[in-house]
Amino acid sequence: MTYKFQLSKWQLFAWSTGLLLSTPLFFLLFESLQGNSEVFSHLWNTVLWDYISNTVLLILGVCVLSCAIALPLGWLTAYCSFPGKKQFEWALMLPLAMPTYIIAYVYTDLLDYAGPVQNTLRDWFGWQSPDDYWFFDIRTLPGAIVMLALVLYPYLYLIFKTALREQSFKLVQASQLMGLSSWQSFFRVSLVLSRGAIVAALALISMETMADFATVSYFAVSTLTTAVYDTWFGYYSLTAAAKISGVMLLLLFLALMAERFSRRNQAVFERQSGINSEALYILKGKSAWLATLFCSVILIVAFVIPIAVLIKYAIVYFDQAWSSEFFSYAWQSLKVAIVVSVVTLLLSILVVFYQRIAKQSYPLLPGRLASTGYALPGTVLAIAVLLPLTLLENTVNSVLDPYDLDIGLLLTGSVFTIIFAYVVRFYAVAHGAIESSFLRISPSLDMASQSMGKSQGHTLRLVHLPLLRRGLLTAALLVFIECMKELPTALLLRPFNFESLATHVFQYVSDEQLELASISALFIVLVGFIPLYFINRSMEQRS
Amino acid sequence: MKKVFAIVVGLAVSAPVFATETVNIYSFRQPFLIKPILDDFTKQTGIKTNVVFANKGLIERVKREGKHSKADLVLTSNFSALIQLEDLDLTQTISSEAINNNVPAAFRDGDGQWVALTKRVRNVYSSKERVGALPELTYEDLADPKYKGQICTRSGKHPYNLGLVASMIAHHGEADTKAWLEGVKANLARKPQGNDRAQVKAVKEGLCDLAFGNSYYLGKMLQDETQKEWAEAVNINFPNQINRGSHINVSGAVITKYAKNPENALKLLEYMTDNKAQNMYASINMEYPVKPGVELSNLVASWGSFKEDSLPLDEISKYRPLALRLIDEVKFDL
Repeated sequence: MTYKFQLSKWQLFAWSTGLLLSTPLFFLLFESLQGNSEVFSHLWNTVLWDYISNTVLLILGVCVLSCAIALPLGWLTAYCSFPGKKQFEWALMLPLAMPTYIIAYVYTDLLDYAGPVQNTLRDWFGWQSPDDYWFFDIRTLPGAIVMLALVLYPYLYLIFKTALREQSFKLVQASQLMGLSSWQSFFRVSLVLSRGAIVAALALISMETMADFATVSYFAVSTLTTAVYDTWFGYYSLTAAAKISGVMLLLLFLALMAERFSRRNQAVFERQSGINSEALYILKGKSAWLATLFCSVILIVAFVIPIAVLIKYAIVYFDQAWSSEFFSYAWQSLKVAIVVSVVTLLLSILVVFYQRIAKQSYPLLPGRLASTGYALPGTVLAIAVLLPLTLLENTVNSVLDPYDLDIGLLLTGSVFTIIFAYVVRFYAVAHGAIESSFLRISPSLDMASQSMGKSQGHTLRLVHLPLLRRGLLTAALLVFIECMKELPTALLLRPFNFESLATHVFQYVSDEQLELASISALFIVLVGFIPLYFINRSMEQRS
Repeated sequence: MKKVFAIVVGLAVSAPVFATETVNIYSFRQPFLIKPILDDFTKQTGIKTNVVFANKGLIERVKREGKHSKADLVLTSNFSALIQLEDLDLTQTISSEAINNNVPAAFRDGDGQWVALTKRVRNVYSSKERVGALPELTYEDLADPKYKGQICTRSGKHPYNLGLVASMIAHHGEADTKAWLEGVKANLARKPQGNDRAQVKAVKEGLCDLAFGNSYYLGKMLQDETQKEWAEAVNINFPNQINRGSHINVSGAVITKYAKNPENALKLLEYMTDNKAQNMYASINMEYPVKPGVELSNLVASWGSFKEDSLPLDEISKYRPLALRLIDEVKFDL
């Protein structure tokens, strides 16, 4: 009896979360059914296919490049020993704290025709005009792919490394014993065992890429996201914009199906087993230097150069850029990021746990529903959030009207809305990270716990949570940093007198004057260091 | 768990407390631009201003918030946003003799639903070195094959370019404008990208010889030490002086339908259309004041006087959706 009652409690919670977090999306889809579809069919006949192909190419490109960067990095730092490894392990996560629009801006400045790189080349070789030589154009689709991959690869790096750490290292040792070289072991053991985690991370990267607006619009690459904006603010058609969002969701659905498909036969359960430092692949000679070189190049390109440029701006423009209000902006950002991290973490732990114990059909659906908000571009999500919340407020107000009571904009006029929107947007991040960690815990532990008379709640608290520690930290870190960087949602939903670091930076970036926002941009990155420090410390404490 | 919940709820509902005398503004215009004006208004009147700045989605927000919206005033950076607010029935009549005296009828809505605050001209920059000044240039000329590979512009879908294309439709009709757009696209030196500043830079660097741009960008660049040399590399041309005059866009404001502080909003608009604020607009942002007789900044004045296209803004605005369709049809941005 108790069993049934508890199960329905988990079920109720998971489904409520799934439905609550997908409510904005349903409202948006409902909106897409309103009115006529004249604008949509016009777009369909003119530019929509270009947008779709650009979007697909962008996502594929970012995923491939992220794999090329993150998989070797993850494996090297988890299982190998080479000069500088300890520092790289931590530092390679840093690009995560960098908003894409900043890195895009910095590299455009450096690499475009008027930038120092091409200027120097012209000086050296005596070229006079653009016709005298060929230089790649950064403001293109390939340019956008590189920028996004440089910022997004840490998702894969982090989740893949967590997966390697949680895998039984005995398997790698066994592969060593059986004579596999380090590369063979990477391809034939680690990669195969981490497939679930890799695909989960790629799903996150795909969604983040699809939702990106700042970089693609800055690079004049028309994607579905830019189409949503054009349609809404150009044609003034929320209906057509919602229809395009529908197309995006279809792509998202395909991505999620691919993820499920890739895990179809996967049932690899391991307990954490400490990585014995003596058993690490000790790289020597050329391979050690190659490993160090690879890590250095990625770190320099993805982090050191952009930060150096920001620091230079901050010094040169200090008088115009400094404001004592940065501390209050940082505090506002920090507050929201902490609350959202805690809430998404709690929700996703419980939903993923439900997936694990559910005996009913469709146990994965609540989590999938709750994750859909991630693929929506920020501004679209902001309006999607406003649709149900304002309806709720207006309904409550009209009910209270006869009693002379007025709650006004209790929700949409306060920080609540930003928090809700962020939870909707970033739930998927926490869910992906926690789900892939959960999958590696053997069900035999649950059975053991159950046979000892422990309830499911106890099992979760006493057995699962300690084993999930790294996964939880990864999830919290990713959500926290995403919140620090998130821009369009905050811009549109903020109450009066609310300023975050990101909104402050944007005021200047929107006018292509990042120089004047360099200090706040540095603050965003600095605040991102805090959770990175903690997660790294936890990773180092090998159990 | 309870503690976490308490913190979440506490943070969520901690809405700011407003003083009694306030005016709440949703602004498409950047804070660093309007802040000096708002600060001076508060100093003069004691009325506090609260601003939400965003460059997208504010109209939808006002619409969704309905009669509970806290916004009293919406400041926009182009005329189509003003007219959209009016079309969505989100505005109320601005009835003030002072404003009527300050702003000529051409820059106010016939029904008093919106008022323009500044004028911005759609100019064409030309390279001093390679092209020189083009006093007789027209927008129509830019489709001439002789300019092949010479023109730079930001996205065709940006409100400033849309306004221009809409005015072309108003003057020449749909078919001719489409042909014109195709001609301009064929003359582009590169895919539309960046903002108006980036176009001036591209002219300086020799990527193109001609570029579309609003005049105030040039003024702002001349004030910036690092960008000065880009701006000094171009001439500013006022197109169509030989016939109808240059295309004018405006920034402006509406008082929202459900404004809680309409009197204060009106006071702010009266202040914004009067000499001091108009002068600040001119000197800080290098825009053209709407109030006749207000002195231009020296720099703006140095560009000389020019003829404005006299077609009313709501007439041009009617063609804006069509302008966007044409831009998509010719795949101007792709």
